Amino acid sequence: MAAKQRKTTTVEKKLIGVADVVITAAERSKDPTIEIPIRALSNVSFNARKGLIEMGSKKQARSFFNVGMAKKFMQTVLVADALSELQRAELTTSLREIYYRTKHTIQDSHENTFDTQDESDPVIEDLEVSLSALREELHVRAENSGSIVGPVVFGDDGDRVDCAKLGKGGYSVPSIVEPEYLEIRRCTADFVLLVEKGTQWNRLSEDKFWRRYNCVLLTGNGQPPRGVRRLARRLHEEYRLPVYVLVDNDPWGYYIYSVIKQGSINLAFESQRMAIPKAKFIGLSSADPERYELPRNVGIKLNDKDIARAKELMNYEWFKKPAWQAEIKRMLTSGLKYELDALANKDFQYLTKKYLPRKLKEKDWLD
Amino acid sequence: MSKKHSMSPSTAATTAATTAAKPVPESSVPKKAAKPAQQVTAVEMGARQREISVSEFFTKNRHLLGFDNPRKALLTCVKEAVDNALDACEEAGILPDVTVRLEIVSTNGTLPPASQATRFRITVTDNGPGIVRQQIPRIFAKLLYGSKFHRLRMSRGQQGIGISAAGMYGQLTTGKPVTIISRTGPRAAAHFFEVQIDTKKNEPLVHENKQIEWEQPQGTQVAIEVEGKYQKGRASVDEWLEQTSIANPHVKLTYCTPEGETKEYPRTYHELPPSPREIKPHPYGIEFGMFLKMLQDTKSHAVSGFLASDFCRVPPQLADEICKAAKVPPHAKPRELKGPIAETLYRRIQDTKIMAPPTNCLSPIGEKAILSGLYKQIKGEFYTAVSRPPAVYRGNPFVIEAGLAYGAAPQDQNKPRQPAMPKAEGERDEEDSELARVIRYANRVPLLYQQSACSTFKAVLSTTWKNYGVTQSRGALPGGPMVIFVHMASVWVPFTSESKEAIADYDEIQKEITLALRECGRRLGLFLRRRERAASEFRRRNIFELYIEEVVEACNRLKGGKLPKEKLKAQLQKIATSRTGGLKTDEALGKTNAGPEGLPHSIIVTEEGIEGEVDLAARVQADTAAAPVETNLLGDEQPVETQTKAQEKKSAGVKGRDAKLLKGEAAQLAPFKGPDRPDKPKKPSRPNKSDKRVSGSRPRGKK
Ligand SMILES: Nc1ncnc2c1ncn2[C@@H]1O[C@H](COP(=O)(O)OP(=O)(O)OP(=O)(O)O)[C@@H](O)[C@H]1O
Ligand SMILES: [Mg+2]
Repeated sequence: MAAKQRKTTTVEKKLIGVADVVITAAERSKDPTIEIPIRALSNVSFNARKGLIEMGSKKQARSFFNVGMAKKFMQTVLVADALSELQRAELTTSLREIYYRTKHTIQDSHENTFDTQDESDPVIEDLEVSLSALREELHVRAENSGSIVGPVVFGDDGDRVDCAKLGKGGYSVPSIVEPEYLEIRRCTADFVLLVEKGTQWNRLSEDKFWRRYNCVLLTGNGQPPRGVRRLARRLHEEYRLPVYVLVDNDPWGYYIYSVIKQGSINLAFESQRMAIPKAKFIGLSSADPERYELPRNVGIKLNDKDIARAKELMNYEWFKKPAWQAEIKRMLTSGLKYELDALANKDFQYLTKKYLPRKLKEKDWLD
Repeated sequence: MSKKHSMSPSTAATTAATTAAKPVPESSVPKKAAKPAQQVTAVEMGARQREISVSEFFTKNRHLLGFDNPRKALLTCVKEAVDNALDACEEAGILPDVTVRLEIVSTNGTLPPASQATRFRITVTDNGPGIVRQQIPRIFAKLLYGSKFHRLRMSRGQQGIGISAAGMYGQLTTGKPVTIISRTGPRAAAHFFEVQIDTKKNEPLVHENKQIEWEQPQGTQVAIEVEGKYQKGRASVDEWLEQTSIANPHVKLTYCTPEGETKEYPRTYHELPPSPREIKPHPYGIEFGMFLKMLQDTKSHAVSGFLASDFCRVPPQLADEICKAAKVPPHAKPRELKGPIAETLYRRIQDTKIMAPPTNCLSPIGEKAILSGLYKQIKGEFYTAVSRPPAVYRGNPFVIEAGLAYGAAPQDQNKPRQPAMPKAEGERDEEDSELARVIRYANRVPLLYQQSACSTFKAVLSTTWKNYGVTQSRGALPGGPMVIFVHMASVWVPFTSESKEAIADYDEIQKEITLALRECGRRLGLFLRRRERAASEFRRRNIFELYIEEVVEACNRLKGGKLPKEKLKAQLQKIATSRTGGLKTDEALGKTNAGPEGLPHSIIVTEEGIEGEVDLAARVQADTAAAPVETNLLGDEQPVETQTKAQEKKSAGVKGRDAKLLKGEAAQLAPFKGPDRPDKPKKPSRPNKSDKRVSGSRPRGKK
């Protein structure tokens, strides 16, 4: 509790700092300006030694008395105010609620402070990066859209949650899983299997795959939310569990894996806390259809967007390893992509009974 | 309809002449009779042949004269009487002073409310030249009797049917005679007449004729009792008078409504329109039948003399050349030219290059007067007017004039001032679906019916308003708060029917209207673009002020509510001012950008005041000191309120029309300038804020 108190204060101080920027500039008749690190590919670099995407030092000045930036500046101050209100009230909230909280019509005008959530979300990210405060520290949560099942016991608001005793539905991963909010009391698993799709996670959970192979099954239903990534990272870090990632065989699957492993471009600053550089890509690999004799007709033709995205990935620093170049090239040459679901073509339980066991046995994964 | 019509020679001739100018109802032209089922001998048929008088004809076909329904009939009666009054005054060189009184007549002893009444007495009084005693019966109780038909000169009336048809309609529906009082001067006696029309003979019946005492030194008063319906709104008497006042700012019009109110339309233009000259027909405009008739009727003994003296723009030398080209001896007797020879002569005339007819037969309203009229009656932010040079259709000279009033009415202008309504996600400012309104005139008379059949309306539709920054969907009127004014002045306006409701579609006329509209549109486009630019400058300037409040409040909350807010606000505002520098000056906003430079004959109303031909505004101001009731174009009344409150507020109150009028007062001090100055319109000295508040009592206006 004491730790939490201290942290809150730090973040709140940072938020109040935004007001100080305005006040100090006004005192000196200067244009109030906030420096915001640029969140784009141009401002990230891949630290090969750490295996992380790191944010560069390029910054963008957001000034109040600049016609093009005035509104953004005003919005930034409003969001900072709303976030500090959360801190004071010790509440957490969603991106959407922040949007509603800060939306109103500006006095004497027809103009709204924010017209859509698309305007407020980036402002929150701006504050995260410029104050180098994590979203969790800002008390902003994402939707709970992850599930976990396996031999792990949590303490959540004083409740004991044993993920081995929650049936096939498992435990819904909260969006904030920092130790203050979620305590990992016990974990006896041997590894973490992070599955892209909820459907395949369901399959594995129903088949009690985790019991036979003594692992934790995690899913983020697509691009895993922060809670899921952070939890995988904690299990990896605190319990030394290897993390295997199981995704569709398409460029988006590759990217999901890379975000889990090295971090995302947009929130590169959070890589430190989120990324799992040692995570392994277990499948679906473009080599699998041949190896597991998947018929060509369960493949899907790559569309133009897929091809463009795949080529883009090949240019990312962190996909430059020869194995990865070969992996992506193989997909491009075949011109096909495969969904995990396609394994059902052979047998409903092919994934549980044949595919994963063989993968684990052969240690057939990519790094 | 199977009955054959024959007409007395005189009537037939007159009708034929009418035919020359406009389509005559089918029924008057004998058609091949369809074979009757029962055989009728020629003798039997011959026994049935009978003369039909014009009056009888129009009794049956009253819709041709605009008496199709009681509401329209009421308007037509008012219109015929007012047209005559204005024609007479102008011809006599008198600034017209016309009173229109509509009274409800009881049919069962009790007076119904105006909207329910079925019978009205229409009384129209003018200060014109009066009518000599002997003419009164025939003018008011004989169709096709008048002074304007046989001449080529611009006037409102042209057929000699109008007022007697109104009288006849009254007689038909109420049985009451027309009563007339007329006096030709202070020394002459006033004559009182009661006349009816003998519809069989198309001759007047005089019921009463006496000398009376009349308070007016000169003028005419006509009273007709008719069956009618009074309803405000589109195509109402109110609208017609309103529009009349727009196109005739030299007229003082008083209107006593059936509801017992008195509306004044003041005179804002103190000069009579120049009196139009009478001209002879132009050879290009004449149809062959008419040409033959003229050959018969001429007083000249030689063809060349006939050509030179009975037409305009044919000098003797040209007459000889035409004869030579047609191989007709110049001294041939006109009466003897018939058949193919006459036709060849007619053809050669049409082939010969002849100067356009003189245009002093026309009296256009003029740009200045149109502006004055529009400005007086229509609330807007931008006004412009265009008079085209004279043109000719079928030998008839004509002038097209167009005008445009654009902008929100003051009520609408006030809308954004109301507390802002928070907008939901995905919600936009409501798109204005309002369409432009076209007001049409022929020889200064408003045309209220048959809009879509009218050449003017078609020209408005076919103009690409999008080019001028105005919305327009396919085949529709342009959108937006806009009134489009189109006037055709001609010695002979080609109406599509006797009820004078729509202008026929001649290419030459269309073309002129289109050109005039394009020029108006071009100026509107310039105005809109400038205003848009000014608005964006304004936004730039305001954007900081708008956000400062938000930022200061948020900072204050961040600082736990302990911030000296006012101090921070002042500091930030100071920075904003210094950062926006030149932008902030008024010049950038109003003066240099919104001024009407390059926009001739236009008035621009901005928040700072009016610019352009403001002297008009000054005159309106002077004239309206009596605080008249204002009506909008729908004829709805707006209560007159003297406004003081709104002017107390610094910027919110002094907007639009208020500021404009104040500016108008300032403009009064400036010397009056002539109407057609090609150079830059002057800019009156802008009253500063304190001035605005000092001159707080203004006679008219709305909140
Ligand atoms: N108020 C008046 N004062 C003086 N003369 C008048 C007045 N009213 C009518 N007249 C004379 O009576 C004539 C007949 O009027 P009437 O309205 O019947 O025909 P018009 O005006 O010539 O043509 P139209 O049928 O197009 O109205 C006019 O031509 C005019 O000379
Ligand atoms: Mg008339």
